[in-house]
Amino acid sequence: MNLLEIKNISKAFGDNEVLKDISMTVAQGQVVGIIGPSGSGKSTLLRCATLLETIDSGAIYYKREPMVENNASGQAVYANSSQLKRIRSYFGLVFQNFNLFPHFSVLRNITEAPIHVGKQTREQAKENAMRLLEQMGLADKADAYPYQLSGGQQQRVSIARALALNPDILFFDEPTSALDPELTGEILTVIRELASKHMTMVIVTHEMSFARDVADYILFMDRGVVVEQGNAVDLVSNPQHERTKLFLKRFDNR
Amino acid sequence: MLDGIISNELAAIFSQLSVGLLTTVEIFILTLVLSLPLGLLVAFGRMSNNKLLRWSMKIYISIMRGTPLMLQLMMVYFGPYYIFGMSITSEYRFYAVIIGFVLNYAAYFAEIYRGGIESMPSGQYEAAQVLGFSKFQTFFRIIFPQVMKRILPSITNEVITLVKDTSLAMVISVGEMFTAARALASSQVSVLPFVVAGAFYYIMNYVVAWIMEGFEKRMNYYK
Repeated sequence: MNLLEIKNISKAFGDNEVLKDISMTVAQGQVVGIIGPSGSGKSTLLRCATLLETIDSGAIYYKREPMVENNASGQAVYANSSQLKRIRSYFGLVFQNFNLFPHFSVLRNITEAPIHVGKQTREQAKENAMRLLEQMGLADKADAYPYQLSGGQQQRVSIARALALNPDILFFDEPTSALDPELTGEILTVIRELASKHMTMVIVTHEMSFARDVADYILFMDRGVVVEQGNAVDLVSNPQHERTKLFLKRFDNR
Repeated sequence: MLDGIISNELAAIFSQLSVGLLTTVEIFILTLVLSLPLGLLVAFGRMSNNKLLRWSMKIYISIMRGTPLMLQLMMVYFGPYYIFGMSITSEYRFYAVIIGFVLNYAAYFAEIYRGGIESMPSGQYEAAQVLGFSKFQTFFRIIFPQVMKRILPSITNEVITLVKDTSLAMVISVGEMFTAARALASSQVSVLPFVVAGAFYYIMNYVVAWIMEGFEKRMNYYK
């Protein structure tokens, strides 16, 4: 089943068209990588899919429920707030800069939403959070505050925070870009582990090796369009499009 | 003999100033309790998408900050009589002081809140939104606690100024501490009452600073 279906979406900031007629689908259990140079629109695509930006036209469906659809005149119209609230519970998002809540302990960062949004009991939420922290190798940090953790640890907490709401699909917006190179490994390990448990994920990254190793399917974006997409190994080892070849060559030289 | 006179004099000063001190403390506490929440509402209005609300709050803040508090107190006190011909009761004096102080301080607090709220990184809002928090939850659980930590030093400044500003209530003859000190000074032909009043203000502010420092320390558990 397709968990996420994006159909012909367009988005402009003023005169600047950042997304031009983009379509993509994400099936249950799939790991999709979105790569491309900066300014290609890949982060905007992710922000549109997670309701942090609105699209101008096109449609987005989660589990076949419309989040946004075109009206008769081709303008995007969003679902009502109670529908959006439900749809929001289908996905989680991991930010580039973690965006942990600095005034909450690690544990409370993870339990706050399940208790006050997901209506879990404190005990359930705490138990679940401890299990997630265990999984992230951070069980001993439950009472620490975000500023006391390394970047890699903070990012793992933010992954746990997103997972605590049991999303069907988890988005990552450049999850390793704010980290020192030697810390990216720990995030990759966590994402690989999630992939092995068939977590559905969409990962925006310019870390090519990472996209190739963890994703099943890759979209290459440039200047607001999907230039090329396909099976991860094929796309990286045998790109068809000139722009993809150029982008990948730069990566090889590094 | 001289010792006796001075101690008698001091005893009289202390006893009369204490009565005024009570009023001073009343003005201080009532102003804080009312203007801190009102300031938050004004800040919301000031940041509102509604143009009329935003501009009226902007003008209100501008007037409160741009004119002397002493003049504002007189306007609140005498205004109802001179503008509307209403008779002014003597109880109204105290209310006028509270209204004047609250309106003035709410404007200053509003600008402090606004500065704090606008300094919050958008990532905090976005994280809360993606996690499904409502706007109300986002503000009161995520944003406001962090804003409080940021603005506490500025709030402390205002609170300390308020302690000293309470003396302005004298202009509409509310018998707070400074009014008492001035009356005593002229009847005793001495600056001693002023010195004692000064000491009282200083001690009050010392206590205020100590309490606020305690709040700051309590919020130092994170960065």
